Amino acid sequence: MEREWGTDTVKRGLAQMLKGGVIMDVTNAEQARIAEEAGACAVMALERVPADIRAQGGVARMADPEKILEIMEAVSIPVMAKCRIGHFVEAQILEALGVDFIDESEVLTPADEEHHIDKRKFKVPFVCGARNLGEALRRIGEGAAMIRTKGEAGTGNVVEAVRHARAVLGEIRRLTTMAEEEMMAYAKEIGAPYELVVETARLGRLPVVNFAAGGIATPADAALMMQLGMDGVFVGSGIFKSGDPVKRARAIVQAVTHYNDPKILAEISRGLGEPMVGINISLIPAEERLAVRGW
Amino acid sequence: MKIGVLALQGAFIEHKNVLARLGIPSVEVRLPEHLTGLDGLIIPGGESTTIGLLAQKWGLLEPLRAFARSGRPIWGTCAGMILMAREVVDGLPNQPILELMDITVRRNAFGRQVDSFEADLPVPVLGDPPFHAVFIRAPLVERVGARVDVLASLEDGTAVAVRQGHMLATAFHPELTGDVRFHRYFLQLTG
Repeated sequence: MEREWGTDTVKRGLAQMLKGGVIMDVTNAEQARIAEEAGACAVMALERVPADIRAQGGVARMADPEKILEIMEAVSIPVMAKCRIGHFVEAQILEALGVDFIDESEVLTPADEEHHIDKRKFKVPFVCGARNLGEALRRIGEGAAMIRTKGEAGTGNVVEAVRHARAVLGEIRRLTTMAEEEMMAYAKEIGAPYELVVETARLGRLPVVNFAAGGIATPADAALMMQLGMDGVFVGSGIFKSGDPVKRARAIVQAVTHYNDPKILAEISRGLGEPMVGINISLIPAEERLAVRGW
Repeated sequence: MKIGVLALQGAFIEHKNVLARLGIPSVEVRLPEHLTGLDGLIIPGGESTTIGLLAQKWGLLEPLRAFARSGRPIWGTCAGMILMAREVVDGLPNQPILELMDITVRRNAFGRQVDSFEADLPVPVLGDPPFHAVFIRAPLVERVGARVDVLASLEDGTAVAVRQGHMLATAFHPELTGDVRFHRYFLQLTG
C-alpha cells in the first residue's frame, strides 16, 4: 500500500473538514482551551490578536515557536499559525513545528512586496486572504488549499469582509454565464491563471474552501457571512476582546451551524455582554489598512 | 428513499453531492425534528469535539441513539466514526459521543496534518479495484468488539473500516474521491 503525503486532496481535504465551523484567534493555552470547549473547529495561534497589532504598531512577525507549541500542546483540534506574506522561511519553521495549517497573512507585516510564498513546495496546507476573484485564484495557483476574505482585521467591523465576499461570489456568478471564448480575456483582465478560471466556471464556486475573516464580532456577523455563501468563519479579536469571551465564543459557533434560522439566532444572541469596540474603516488612514497588503 | 446528513459542522455537502449523483434525495439534519421520515443517516467528517458539543447543545444525542435502535442504518466517516464509538482514546474529557458501535477509536491516530495521506486500500466487500482512501488527521479503530466485522485494514492490520449490523464506520473519506462504491454499500443497508 503506497502512501502519499501532502497532496492537493489531503491539503484541501482538511479545509473541507473545517467547513461550517469557527476558527478562533488565541494567544495562550488558556484561551485555546476556552475555544476548544466552546466548539471551535480549529484555533489560530498568535502572540497578539489583530486589534493589538493595530494598536501597538511596529513590525508584526510570526509568533515565537514557544507560544505556538504551548497552544499545540493545550488542544487536540487543528492549530493554525500565521507567517508574513512572502516569508517562506517563517513558513518552513511553522511546518517544522508541525502546525496543521499556515495562514500567509496580511495581518503581519509583509516580507516581500511582489511575491507570495510558493505554497506547492510545502506538505502543510496554506490559507490566504483575497479581496476579489483574481487574487483568490492567484493564491490557489501558488498552492493555497483554502481562501478567506481579508476583511479589515482587528476592527470589529464586518463591512470589508462583506465587500470581499460579495466581490468574489459576484465575480463567480458572472463567470458562470460567460461563453468559453470569453474566459481567456477575463483571466487576463483579473490576472488569474486561465485553467483556474475555467475550473471555477465549471464548479460555480472556488476550487477550494472559502471562509470569511476580518471584522466578525457577533453571532449575527457570522451568520451574515454564512448566508452570503461563505463556508465558515474566522474570528480574530472579536472573541477575546469582548466582555464575555466564553459566552460569545459558544454563541458564534452556534450561529454558524444555525445561520439560516433567525429564531435560533435571536435566542443565542441574547445577553452576550459587551462586544469588542469597533472602528469605522473610513477613519483608518490608508497606510494603516491591512487588506491592501498582498499582490 | 431519503437519507439525512448530520449538518452541525464539517464536510456534509460532499456527502449530499455524492448522494445526488446516485439519485438519492438527502436532507441536512441540525435539530431532532429533522430526523423524521429518514431511511438512513450519515455523520460526516469534521471536528468531532465540535459536532459532539453541538449535538449535545441541540438535544440530538438521545434522538440519534433512538434512530440507531430503530434499525435504520448510520454511517460515520472520520469524525463520524469517533462519534459512533463506544470509547474514544485521546478525546477531550467528557467529549459527547453516541456510543453506537462496540469499538474503541483513537483520535488523531496518525499524528498532525503533515501525516495525513492517501492510499489505495483493499476493501473485499467492494471487490476490485482497491478503494482510494483519503485519511485526514484520521482516527483508527484500536479495539474491535466481537460482533463487529472489519471491512478494511492497513498493512499493519489496523482496522479503518468496520460494520456492526446496520452501522458502518470509516476512518477515511469516501466523499472526497469520485468513487461511489462505499455510498452504494451503505445504501444497501437500508434494505
